Amino acid sequence: MALYSEKVMDHFRNPRNVGVIENADGIGEVGNAKCGDIMKMYLKIDDDCISDVKFETFGCGSAIASSSMATELIKGRPVREAMQLTNKAVAEALDGLPDYKMHCSVLAEEAIRSALEDYYRKNPEKRPEA
Amino acid sequence: MMIYADNAATTKMSRAAIDAMLPCMERDFGNPSSLYSIGQRAKELLEQARADVAAVIGAAPREILFTSGGSEADNQALRSAAELGRRSGKTHIISTAFEHHAVLHTLKRLEKEGFEVTLLDVHEDGLVRPEELQAALREDTCLVTVMFANNEIGTVQPIRELGAICRAHGVLFHTDAVQAMGHLPIDVQADNIDLLSASAHKFHGPKGVGFLYARKGVPLTNLIEGGAQERGRRAGTENVPAIVGMAAALKESAANMQANAERMTKLRDRLIRGIGEIPHAALNGDAARRLPGNVNFCFEGIEGESLLLLLDDRGISASSGSACTSGSLDPSHVLLAIGRVHDVAHGSLRLSIGEDTTEEEADYIIQNVKEAVEYLRSFSPVWRDLMSGKSSFIL
Ligand SMILES: Cc1ncc(COP(=O)(O)O)c(C=O)c1O
Repeated sequence: MALYSEKVMDHFRNPRNVGVIENADGIGEVGNAKCGDIMKMYLKIDDDCISDVKFETFGCGSAIASSSMATELIKGRPVREAMQLTNKAVAEALDGLPDYKMHCSVLAEEAIRSALEDYYRKNPEKRPEA
Repeated sequence: MMIYADNAATTKMSRAAIDAMLPCMERDFGNPSSLYSIGQRAKELLEQARADVAAVIGAAPREILFTSGGSEADNQALRSAAELGRRSGKTHIISTAFEHHAVLHTLKRLEKEGFEVTLLDVHEDGLVRPEELQAALREDTCLVTVMFANNEIGTVQPIRELGAICRAHGVLFHTDAVQAMGHLPIDVQADNIDLLSASAHKFHGPKGVGFLYARKGVPLTNLIEGGAQERGRRAGTENVPAIVGMAAALKESAANMQANAERMTKLRDRLIRGIGEIPHAALNGDAARRLPGNVNFCFEGIEGESLLLLLDDRGISASSGSACTSGSLDPSHVLLAIGRVHDVAHGSLRLSIGEDTTEEEADYIIQNVKEAVEYLRSFSPVWRDLMSGKSSFIL
């Protein structure tokens, strides 16, 4: 039995949206090197939509795959939808993660949320009413 | 190309071991405790294996106890020495922080039972200093246990000197020789060893079998109670095929040891040189005093599991001390013990080559490790911060 699903391996081997966005509208970085996982997300936002997203990740196979999948799930989507992205959705889209790797999907969710927070901080008028 | 470079995890069985085992299953399948001839034939094979194993390490056959592997041998050695100590009011044990968990977890148990454990520093080079053992010995020390060679970074300890110090103080000396057996010369007399653990699957024997050497006069405590097998020190019908396979594998390894070690050391050093060309990489453990097949590096800015997956895609089987590969949150206790900080310990790679690894394969490994490290760094935020000067390099 393989450690990871084919989907995870596909996103690990061919990660989508790798890289940086210069002058990104929102940047989020979560995790720390001590624990062995860091994810950094860059967002470009136009007309309340995620027009572009890129990531950089230091971490294991499932961390890289989770970042990649998370970017795919939000790219081109309205910001308010991206804000709703859950780790569960990331894990499901990857056809599941081993239990002890679920935190990788949590990190991906947090990285995107953190990048969106950064965007709202810079553009307070865009923040939806609570 | 398919390259198995994880011989420290386990080895492929040798033809000699398999050939020795088959008749034990097909023909000489009797129970060694039975008095009829099929049983007695099995008994002969069992005792021949004991004599063969004993001869390789300079022991007497009666001093060899067959076990289910290295872990059981470690457990029984430590339990036995502790039991002896307890009876004479000695409850202090000396070991090191980078032992295998079979030793460390047994020590933790013993601590709960009232023993006090001192762990010797293994320094940045992964080597115990004999003078520090000397200084740590106490009136109530009942056991010193130091591994022969470390399973992750391969450093070979000054066993003979450590043993001599123990002997001079009348303290029992155990060594976990699981990684060294069949790869380095071991002589329990000259090396001053009282108790020694070994495991067959690390020297091309079968899994689930090993042995404990216990010097004559060192009484053992049973872990398994029951029948009178192994002279009453370990109950259970002996795994004759596995034991016979182990003896065959060990005999062969011992016979070719020097030639194998010379060739493997050359390849090891070729790998160390080649991989060492990667910027911000560092060899773990002393460069010379290490197992002939062991190469272990830390790379800054990357995580080990993703490196292993990439190498696996290129046909290379290796291992890492990253937390992600252990299922725990902390990276390898061995790398932490030699002073590697968490950040770089996560980015470790262990290659343990075998007797049949070729130069061409070594070069293929070097090339692929270089490419994989560079690729992973190309989208690592940690590497970006290091390169931009936002954080500083450790290696
Ligand atoms: C140093 C050391 N001690 C003990 C063991 C445990 O041996 P076994 O797997 O035979 O129980 C190993 C194997 O992983 C080892 O490398």
